[in-house]
Amino acid sequence: MSEALQELAAFIGLKQPDAVQSSAVAFDELTLVVNLANLEALVEFLRDDPACRFSSLVDITAIDHPERAARFDVVYHFLSMYRNHRIRLKVAVREDDMVPSIHELHPSANWFEREVFDMFGILFSGHPDLRRILTDYGFRGYPLRKDFPTTGYTEVRYDEALKRVVYEPVKLVQEYRQFDFMSPWEGAEYILPGDQKADAKPGAK
Amino acid sequence: MDGDIRKNTYDDGSTDFETGEQRIRNFNINFGPQHPAAHGVLRLVLELDGEIVERCDPHIGLLHRGTEKLMESRTYLQNLPYFDRLDYVAPMNQEHAWCLAIERLTGTEVPRRASLIRVLYSEIGRVLNHLLNVTTQAMDVGALTPPLWGFEEREKLMVFYERACGARLHAAYFRPGGVHVDLPDQLVEDIDQWAVEFPKVLDDIDGLLTENRIFKQRNADIGIVTEADIQKWGYSGVMVRGSGLAWDLRRAQPYECYDEFDFQIPVGKNGDCYDRYLCRMEEMRQSTSIIRQACAKLRVEKGDVLARGKITPPKRGDMKTSMEALIHHFKLYTEGFHVPAGEVYAAVEAPKGEFGVYLVADGTNKPYRAKIRAPGFLHLQSMDYICKGHQLADVSAIIGTMDVVFGEIDR
Repeated sequence: MSEALQELAAFIGLKQPDAVQSSAVAFDELTLVVNLANLEALVEFLRDDPACRFSSLVDITAIDHPERAARFDVVYHFLSMYRNHRIRLKVAVREDDMVPSIHELHPSANWFEREVFDMFGILFSGHPDLRRILTDYGFRGYPLRKDFPTTGYTEVRYDEALKRVVYEPVKLVQEYRQFDFMSPWEGAEYILPGDQKADAKPGAK
Repeated sequence: MDGDIRKNTYDDGSTDFETGEQRIRNFNINFGPQHPAAHGVLRLVLELDGEIVERCDPHIGLLHRGTEKLMESRTYLQNLPYFDRLDYVAPMNQEHAWCLAIERLTGTEVPRRASLIRVLYSEIGRVLNHLLNVTTQAMDVGALTPPLWGFEEREKLMVFYERACGARLHAAYFRPGGVHVDLPDQLVEDIDQWAVEFPKVLDDIDGLLTENRIFKQRNADIGIVTEADIQKWGYSGVMVRGSGLAWDLRRAQPYECYDEFDFQIPVGKNGDCYDRYLCRMEEMRQSTSIIRQACAKLRVEKGDVLARGKITPPKRGDMKTSMEALIHHFKLYTEGFHVPAGEVYAAVEAPKGEFGVYLVADGTNKPYRAKIRAPGFLHLQSMDYICKGHQLADVSAIIGTMDVVFGEIDR
């Protein structure tokens, strides 16, 4: 399995040298890191090349790495039912980058790209209908970014007096509990209770 | 010109007088979110020309719970029950994908008995799903009896769920490294007994539907899917097999111990709603056969059901005598286990199609990112493409046969 994937990676690297930055096989899965500019051409090549035939789009998603300059990784999964193999493409994307939409090559990309836009705020150029898909009508913010709080910003309830649903800022009745189970000797990044006294100078009251 | 129905515009800007019949525009209607044939909270905005669907815009997300966001702040084990709540018709099949993803990243070998139990319950899940789908789809096109018969069997299967793990729906039974608890011997016997009797019920449903004139008229030649459509829209599961492609992950990319089971993959010929119905019926028979094989294997295969190690709890008996086991148990259920950094995509052949989990681990006790790939998401996406040109009444037949459940689509 792995050798076949290695061969496939070498083949793709040979045919599309501009597009592929690096390739790796881990857990019997082939991952290609791809240039944003060559993405469309590579996807088309993967779809049409008789040795690849990745004709079925499995998934498009993104990963947020707020500490990186190119903040997002857009991840594509493809499957070939004819050759019975899978591939994963990763593209690093800055927050202000536009990713080319692949809906003309794979119509099924339409909703996936809408979802990535909805959840991460990544824009896809050439997308026919880049609306929000999963979140509420009129929702603001991009929930799956790491800097978006899990509780969100607004909450919804039915108001008995107004006889309609009202939107309000989130009011938490108790502080959001983040349990930290890391043992202190595994490198906790906060001052342990009692440790604040350690730095105090002895004698100085 | 005689009989010219084109609109004439004259120099002064005026146009021909139009009668009421001529002034027709397309009609927009909302289908759902409260419609019983919408199978949950689907809102379809349909543009109708008479009774013909011109455009179909599904609005989803009414059941969006932010599962993927919630998962990022919970440990791997705490995330497991979220999978029951995705496709709540066949809960354990989803857990399976999550467990497989974790097991591949941690390199855990599942004991054989646990593997057999997983196959057994995955197939029970498949029957659960197909029973619901086939019978409610029949209800969408006008048959009332099949759901009553089908749900009776579903009830029996849910009792098997309950007897294995204590919950009828939200099982949380598959765990990374195996299954939570072992099955009692009597349960295996009862499941086997059920599998002996079940084909009779299938024959009854078959007799009601398969040659029923109304059912055929409503389903045959409706929502035809071709091989090109499958590739274009990323279909999986019965949507593929109904069109003649024998694509089944259990066979093509075997996981667990499916490679040692003997089963056929039914395929359709025409790719219409009727063929998909036939495929589902035959898959239930095949699943019943797998269930019987699994029961036979479980009778001989005794042993542990959890790979004992870091990611699984210690035995209850050990906890009474060993301090280390007690600490391990406490740490496992508070801090959780750590998964080495890496990324993996684990897919299973869920009853609805390819259900996958893309898991990105960063070495801590919580997933950095988990993406759930639901088959229904892609199927529903093509509603516009499939429904165009069909009658309004066919829309509900197509939704039914696409097998959508909003728990997994909206996540």
